[in-house]
Amino acid sequence: MKLHCPHCGPRSVEEFRHGEIPRVPDHLTDPAQRDLDRVWNRTNPQGPTTEAWFHEQGCHRWFHHERDTS
Amino acid sequence: MNEQVEDEITLRWADEPKAAYDVVIIGGGGHGLATAYYLATRHGITNVAVVERNWIGSGNSGRNTTIIRSNYGIPASVRFYQRSVELYAGLEAETGRSVMHQRKGLLWIHHSETGIRAERARAHLNQAMGVETEFVGPEEIKAIVPEIDLSGGGRFPVMGASHHLPAATARHDRVVWAFAEGAAAQGVDILQHTTVTGIRTAGGGSGAGRVTGVETDRGFIAAGTVLSATAGHTTTITDMVGLRIPIRTHQLQALVTNQYRGQGGRAFHPIVASAELAFYVSQTARGQMLMGAEWERQPSYSYRSGSEFLRSCTAKAITLLPFLRDLRVLRQWTGVCDISPDSSPIMGLTPVDGFLVTTGWGTWGFKGIPAGGEALAELIATGRTPALIAPFGLDRFARDRILADAGSAGTQ
Ligand SMILES: Cc1cc2nc3c(=O)[nH]c(=O)nc-3n(C[C@H](O)[C@H](O)[C@H](O)COP(=O)(O)OP(=O)(O)OC[C@H]3O[C@@H](n4cnc5c(N)ncnc54)[C@H](O)[C@@H]3O)c2cc1C
Ligand SMILES: [Zn+2]
Repeated sequence: MKLHCPHCGPRSVEEFRHGEIPRVPDHLTDPAQRDLDRVWNRTNPQGPTTEAWFHEQGCHRWFHHERDTS
Repeated sequence: MNEQVEDEITLRWADEPKAAYDVVIIGGGGHGLATAYYLATRHGITNVAVVERNWIGSGNSGRNTTIIRSNYGIPASVRFYQRSVELYAGLEAETGRSVMHQRKGLLWIHHSETGIRAERARAHLNQAMGVETEFVGPEEIKAIVPEIDLSGGGRFPVMGASHHLPAATARHDRVVWAFAEGAAAQGVDILQHTTVTGIRTAGGGSGAGRVTGVETDRGFIAAGTVLSATAGHTTTITDMVGLRIPIRTHQLQALVTNQYRGQGGRAFHPIVASAELAFYVSQTARGQMLMGAEWERQPSYSYRSGSEFLRSCTAKAITLLPFLRDLRVLRQWTGVCDISPDSSPIMGLTPVDGFLVTTGWGTWGFKGIPAGGEALAELIATGRTPALIAPFGLDRFARDRILADAGSAGTQ
């Protein structure tokens, strides 16, 4: 499985770390609740989604990547 | 194997869902069915339905590599899995069904000083809690697994291992069926090919409301208590009640080879795992070598298998056990796993009244099926969370009481 780094091109997914793009729901208004949600909860979408990846063993930069998880 | 057990399983299937049950369990995997079984047999609660969108055992409970062990690194987990190991050992006697339970022992091999240190610490904790886990050196390892290359292909020298003696395997689909049959015999309705599409709640107000039942593709089913036991699909269920939880879905693959017999027809007895190589192997009752590696990095709900896994898993296998080179891969497959951030399960109540979850079983939850089911049944029956699972509640994240133990969870 290859992942396309916008800076380095296609590289093995082993070089990357997956990151969560926090999608804290608007109905959470309490700041502490929002922080907790951001740290722990996952949206875990089934279908097309945008996610953040960190090129750990490469350029050491974050980028957004679109993918279908279904 | 117990000679008394009968082989033919006769399951009473429910034709149509009733209009209402006391308890509806979503997901006919090991966790859902074990909970139903213990509700019926320990608490006399039999007005229960298990709703399964495919067939029972079609999820991870029928796809795993069946390793049962309790060599964890934090007391709450050691205690919990000890109970599960115990229940598994008595499952054939209790249900009268063969689940091909076999005690094998597990060698958890390390190739680095840091690994050795962690392993010694885990062995000490295990011993302090009455779990037989011993630290062993290369010679002892070679005596237990003569096939091993102690040089690890020259790159991963075997420096030591913990030997966890109670580690066992059991036939996964037989475990699922033993619980299903036992539950159905007491009157539990098992509804296959029935998909939950929504969850109804009432009230709300300032709180999150109370569950009143589930919507399915066969109509609405009322229930006072609803338990989600849906592994990698858990967030699709919690989304239905607007509950956000710390679960991400990742694939885990496994493969099986043709038969292997050692010198003089000897079986490959122990389970062998390597932490640094992220690889493990055991032998099935049919003599096939069953192995797995890491979960896939990208979250995914797909059951597709990949050639990448095939290559990397077999390469790791051959590094430690060169005889595997001569075997052929017969099959590979994929499960979709509910990975929690601290590698520990999440069991119990949620902010929605009457709605419970059992999740976070990830790549390690087959071993937890009996103890998880037993504890959740007690919680549902009594309304009180048993001490054994109190640390594993969903509220631990907000309370900053996480149970980080990724090193012990591994992928098996
Ligand atoms: C390859 C692999 C190897 C593994 N190896 C081990 C191991 O060696 N040892 C170990 O302890 N663990 C192992 N595991 C993990 C273990 O298999 C799981 O943690 C465990 O089986 C989870 O059981 P469950 O009952 O929670 O989920 P499942 O068995 O997955 O059951 C969930 C069920 O929910 C159903 N469902 C989902 N959505 C709906 C809906 N909307 N309506 C109705 N039904 C629905 C699904 O069809 C499924 O049958 C492994 C997993 C995999 C994939
Ligand atoms: Zn890059």
